[in-house]
Amino acid sequence: MPDLLAADSATIGNPIINISIFGVFVLITLVITFRASRTNKSAADYYAAGRNISGTQNGLAIAGDYLSAASFLGIAGAIALYGYDGFLYSIGFLVAWLVALLLVAELMRNTARFTMADVLAFRMRQGPVRTAAAISTLAVSLFYLLAQMAGAGGLVTLLLGVTGEAAQALVVVLVGALMIIYVLVGGMRGTTYVQIIKASLLIAGALVMTLWVLAKFGFNLSALLGGAAANAQPGVDVLAPGAQYGATDTSKLDFVSLGLALVLGTAGLPHVLMRFYTVPTAKDARRSVVWAIWLIGIFYLFSLVIGYGAGALVGPEAILGAPGAVNAAAPLLAFELGGTVLLGIIAGVAFATILAVVAGLTITASASFAHDVYASVIKKGNVPPNGEVRIARITAVVIGAISIGLGILALQAGLNIAFLVALAFAVAASANLPTILYTLFWKRFTTQGALWSMYGGLIACIGLIIFSPVVSGAETSMFPDVDFAWFPLNNPGLVSIPLSFFLGWLGTVLSKERPDEAKWAELEVRALTGIGAEKAVQH
Amino acid sequence: MTPPAERRSLTPEEYLQAQASPEFQELRRRFRRFAFPMTVAFLAWYLLYVLLSTYAPDFMATPVFGNVNLGLLLGLAQFVTTFAITHLYVWHADRRTDPIADEMRERLEHHEYAAGHRHGGSSMTEGAPRA
Repeated sequence: MPDLLAADSATIGNPIINISIFGVFVLITLVITFRASRTNKSAADYYAAGRNISGTQNGLAIAGDYLSAASFLGIAGAIALYGYDGFLYSIGFLVAWLVALLLVAELMRNTARFTMADVLAFRMRQGPVRTAAAISTLAVSLFYLLAQMAGAGGLVTLLLGVTGEAAQALVVVLVGALMIIYVLVGGMRGTTYVQIIKASLLIAGALVMTLWVLAKFGFNLSALLGGAAANAQPGVDVLAPGAQYGATDTSKLDFVSLGLALVLGTAGLPHVLMRFYTVPTAKDARRSVVWAIWLIGIFYLFSLVIGYGAGALVGPEAILGAPGAVNAAAPLLAFELGGTVLLGIIAGVAFATILAVVAGLTITASASFAHDVYASVIKKGNVPPNGEVRIARITAVVIGAISIGLGILALQAGLNIAFLVALAFAVAASANLPTILYTLFWKRFTTQGALWSMYGGLIACIGLIIFSPVVSGAETSMFPDVDFAWFPLNNPGLVSIPLSFFLGWLGTVLSKERPDEAKWAELEVRALTGIGAEKAVQH
Repeated sequence: MTPPAERRSLTPEEYLQAQASPEFQELRRRFRRFAFPMTVAFLAWYLLYVLLSTYAPDFMATPVFGNVNLGLLLGLAQFVTTFAITHLYVWHADRRTDPIADEMRERLEHHEYAAGHRHGGSSMTEGAPRA
């Protein structure tokens, strides 16, 4: 069978071991999800895990949500090939958490029920603001989902020995189906447990690889860096900045734009915001962000060592030659260090990562549609008990099906995963963050300001992407044969984020609407004191 | 059935009263005086690092010891400052804002900001020391 042979040569390690370890993870998480479903009764259970998750648990779950396949495989690969420039990504991803900690997490926990729109619509006209917030939530979630699904297909080629478009599509369908089960059965509680298990496995796996790499270099960081530099591609200095982004003035500006989107995107990611509502109080929200910052920070320090370790021990040629190219750095290093068993574990963890992140995104997007669009805008709040959760479950299935379809398309179009994630960050930073900050801190802010900022940021962000080299006009574009690009940067953040802040201000000062003094007092007093905050569900 | 007074939700007037109270003004002042300048500071420090890496790569490539250069050390310093600011914030919240917030929440639950409510002068100043 020539096909089988071809598959074997494109695979590293033993597909049976890889599949078995992943199977064990799926089995354990499914059992936990079914057990968690017994206490799912109300909307607060389904959307917010009854607000009974502890700060520590939620910190782990946030890390589980945040450390997607792009951060794990993508950053390690970027450091292995480009060194310093890959490291810059992880710094942006980490520093971004301070925005969430200082300005957003506790205040949102105190004032929201289930979704981001609960806060944004608090002192505005409900219908239009909720609709806008739901649209941007769906847009961010969909870009993020696409990236994960496409990543799943790519990873499979490398690790399970599955090749061919049909087989990859089948894997995407399987991942999508599993995720729908987690979300339907387990709700937010089940999803949270999946995130916690996955984060623990991922951080433990990264720790093992980090210590192993360091041991090979006598725990001498300088020796590790020297090894990576000696093995680097000709003409690439992996120790100094500029290997990936230093080529031209445009690419430099592009990097600054990316850096801005990364640092301002996190606090506007709806699936991250929704995690703050699963804890009993604002103090637990604070505690969970502190845990998340430590876990994510330490993980990125690990990935620095793993990345340079892959550069030194595996080498750029072997990485670029493997299926999955840059994303293969961490799995190849695991194989180099610990053979098929360590590779199997790392592969299983990478799959678990995709599954968990996808489940978190789906529940966020479905909650936003059911709670903001269906219950609040369409039904004007007249929904029978549990009617909203029923709609949320149906939406989860629909979103799951859409992301399976788009995932297959993205896979076959060969879309870059890291680009899709960076786009999701840019949309979150442009469409969501300005309105969140104005709502929480600016008394004068009005409905018109919110709508201009959200729609303006969203349209500018996606519009600039469409007319950028990402979509057309370059060899690496989605449509390399046509050229309608006039915006030079790949990441629109540098333009769309300031524009959204400006439109929020302009829309507000130009509107005739007076700010609602009473609602502003209620929002501010609730946000800062925690009075009237949603309580944990007692079972 | 009338719910007991304690469970009655707060009226808009109570929120306005609470917002206008000196203890709330102090709470907001303390929160913002920490959060706003600190946000400006860490964003400036991060952007400085990104700009130096982008536009001054030779400076960042200055060797410090062995193969470790200035850029890598400054990058690791970003991690250190992030962890440090996290704990500064927790320290600030525990000592400077939580006590006022906790006391105000207690009083709001007992509707002590409602018009005509005569509080016994019990806890007016305890949680909000005039710093």
